Amino acid sequence: MMLAVEVASWVLILLGSFFTIVGAVGLVRMPDIFTRIHAASVTDTLGVGFLILGMCLQAGFGLVTLKLLFLLALFFFTGPVVAHALAQACLHEKIKPVLAEDRRGHDRPRQSNEDDGRQP
Amino acid sequence: MRGMAMRRYLSLAGFLFAFWLALSGHYTPVLVAAGAASAVICVLAAIRMRVADPEGHPIELFWGTITYFPWLIREIAKSAWGVTKIVLHPSLPISPTLTVVRASQKTTVGVATYANSITLTPGTITVGVSGKNLTVHALVRDGALDLESGGMDRRVSQFEGSV
Repeated sequence: MMLAVEVASWVLILLGSFFTIVGAVGLVRMPDIFTRIHAASVTDTLGVGFLILGMCLQAGFGLVTLKLLFLLALFFFTGPVVAHALAQACLHEKIKPVLAEDRRGHDRPRQSNEDDGRQP
Repeated sequence: MRGMAMRRYLSLAGFLFAFWLALSGHYTPVLVAAGAASAVICVLAAIRMRVADPEGHPIELFWGTITYFPWLIREIAKSAWGVTKIVLHPSLPISPTLTVVRASQKTTVGVATYANSITLTPGTITVGVSGKNLTVHALVRDGALDLESGGMDRRVSQFEGSV
């Protein structure tokens, strides 16, 4: 039983480390700031998630585990705020994202039609 | 309406006290009483600051959360795996796309939940909000098309409506 928990915990911690490294590699490989935020969000979600779950198994059932889960919740609620603030600040500074396609303009009519169909 | 407000204050006090107990780890009568008192004082301060409202402590959304969060976590895991494959792919097959999606939620809490869910999901970020139009930057074109089809929007509206 102890061994199973230990193995599961290390598998989770290694998975978390893997996704953290993937986020870091993406941070280097991506071409501009917006795409880099996407890469970093892998670290923010799966990386942190697996690492904390693995640590919960190490800590056992108790207050430490509860605090780790609070930490996870904190990441989940602050992560998107930070990512959004960063991206919006870049747009305000007129940093142009590298785009394959800009669907902002010609998509609006289709969207509103769809909406009208749903209303009644 | 008055009863709803009272329930909100009681629930807030309960949550704060439970949070205090969890972080404290010391359970002598004096300390527990001090924790209860500080929870009550915090609620009074929150009422005076007008943050103990449906936006600050949305107890209406409690039951919706129980089904919404597991769904969201699954979506996050799926798209994080998608981004991982792109990052590790030798040719880095990205097609960054900006698009606008409409949020169909009725309340500001609902729209904020939708916008944050988009950002929390790897591969898509809400970069701007004006009214109910969310400007979204997606790492690949498919991610943008997926959001435009409105699956997540409907799921958040359902979460908002399940009082």
